[in-house]
Amino acid sequence: MANNNGNDLNTVKPLEKKNKVSNKGPNSKYNKAADSPNYSAIAESPEFKSLKRKKNKFILPITIFFLLSYISLPILTSYTTVLNNNAFGDIAWVWIYALALFVMTWTLCMIYVRRANDFDKEAEIIFEKEKAGDYE
Amino acid sequence: MNVMGLAFFVGIVGLTLFVTYIASKRTNSASEFYTAGGGLTGWQNGIAIAGDYLSAASFLGIAGAISLFGFDGFFYSIGYLVAYLVVLYIVAEPLRNLGKYTLADMITARFDQKKIRAAAAISTLTIVLFYMIAQLVGAGALIQLLLGIDYWVAVLLVGIMMTIYVLWGGMAATSWVQIIKAVLLMVGTVLISFLVLWEFDFNILGMFTEMKSVTANGEAYLHPGVKYTNGLDTISMMIALVLGTAGLPHILMRFFTVKDAKTARSSVVYATWIVGIFYILTIFLGFGAAAFVGSDAIIAANPAGNMAAPLLAQALGGDILMSFISAVAFATILAVVAGLVLSGASAFAHDLYGQIFKKGKATEKQQMNAARMASVGVSVFSIVLALGAQSMNVAFLVSLAFCIAASANLPVIIYTIYWKNFNTTGALSAIITGLVTALVLVALSPNLWAVDGSMFFTGEAIFPLTNPAIISVPAGFIGGWIGTMVGANADKRKYAEVDVKANIGLK
Repeated sequence: MANNNGNDLNTVKPLEKKNKVSNKGPNSKYNKAADSPNYSAIAESPEFKSLKRKKNKFILPITIFFLLSYISLPILTSYTTVLNNNAFGDIAWVWIYALALFVMTWTLCMIYVRRANDFDKEAEIIFEKEKAGDYE
Repeated sequence: MNVMGLAFFVGIVGLTLFVTYIASKRTNSASEFYTAGGGLTGWQNGIAIAGDYLSAASFLGIAGAISLFGFDGFFYSIGYLVAYLVVLYIVAEPLRNLGKYTLADMITARFDQKKIRAAAAISTLTIVLFYMIAQLVGAGALIQLLLGIDYWVAVLLVGIMMTIYVLWGGMAATSWVQIIKAVLLMVGTVLISFLVLWEFDFNILGMFTEMKSVTANGEAYLHPGVKYTNGLDTISMMIALVLGTAGLPHILMRFFTVKDAKTARSSVVYATWIVGIFYILTIFLGFGAAAFVGSDAIIAANPAGNMAAPLLAQALGGDILMSFISAVAFATILAVVAGLVLSGASAFAHDLYGQIFKKGKATEKQQMNAARMASVGVSVFSIVLALGAQSMNVAFLVSLAFCIAASANLPVIIYTIYWKNFNTTGALSAIITGLVTALVLVALSPNLWAVDGSMFFTGEAIFPLTNPAIISVPAGFIGGWIGTMVGANADKRKYAEVDVKANIGLK
């Protein structure tokens, strides 16, 4: 635990892993007190603001979209019978709708991961700047 | 119980105990105990999340519900799956970035006050308790049927096994039990689905046509409305399912078992694929059971339909497949309750004891002891309650857990991450309003009241819906908003910190 910087190259592997964990553990408060990032400055920085704006612009519309598509199913089945008509053979539209929700879930999952990887790259830039002391 | 069945049981239980033994050697810190040291990889954690989700309720319950009610049984599958989008898009990464072991950690990252931590811990414990009793009661009834032993023996057996996993192996053992079981469950489900399709000559259109005539419901079997006839109640249930997952403690805890937000993200993706495919296959299980076992035989074995999948296995694959599926169902129950014990113990030992009583100054040894004692405590308490709750309706307990999770936990999670002006008073009132509204409405609902005296109380239910989410979830959000309006101004600097941490994971 004393070896918190994790930079000791001689550290054997299992120990190194433990150190990593303890960095996020109860001791982290004490190391951070020494050089805690200036969060207010980061939060005010244009690069953080732009990242957040992009994130919200991505997350909010999609969230509204999938919640509405989802809740429309029980609304439609409870108050109408439109989905009881057959789509293919004896397979009614309600099954197609349900399957579409499955496909939607998988697709949006993949889209999220792709976008999140882009966001990671922008976050990386902020990390670098913070390390270089740009937000002091 | 034949020799083959016994062999499967002993084999699976032996395998999980072996894993626990291996895990016990390295479980020597609180972080190892609660989160396996954050050392799971994306796919391991993804299968484990899927495992948490593929509980006995979804494997046996949904297969049974589809076999008896057709499309209406499938509603659950849809709700559970789409819920992952809420988890992935809104909750997973900020939670991973802000928290350590529990939901309370994440909320107190912004509002470091004992009363907030206590409120979050209490709502977590309430959810865990309802969910746990549901699983144990279901498990007891099921194992009673599968093994032909008494209900109390079955509950005790499950209770002892889950305590062993958690006590010695902590999160590492629990996760690996979960992974093993999830893989076995997928294998079993794919196998049965294949056999069902074989019987239908791999003709899905033909299968639907045939399903029109094999059940007493006729063509209605393939349309919604066989079971759920009250529109508002159906919508309310669907709200609880889709929003509840993102507030379930044992699911949230899974985001701390990986090293960073990126891995948390990828594990949700793995889980979504596994769970989605599994739920598609539940259609074949349900249809197969309806066609080849028949609803009379299913209901005769268990009125709720829980025996549909094992009976189908017997009809298609004989005693071998039946024994295998029964053993896997047993492992499923064990793995899920073990995860629940862990999330209950973390709220108790980490939040209430470690952070509030010991003010975060407990030594590693004290933390471990507290965690182990809390695990035993949670186990014993829930076993005792489950022994007394044999006649409780399991589905009602599960939907109540989801409803409380959606009403008490989700609003405070969302406000904490996304709302700049949210304050301490708001956080407290969001949790309390959501929790109390959900509990009170259920207490007044048809779950407990019936005119004919078939429920706990005799009389007209004051609240008409069986699931109160449509009221209690907005109540949680409004409670948080009102609390924020009357409370002191928010600490803007603290929000800047939370905002930065939640969004980019800077520590």
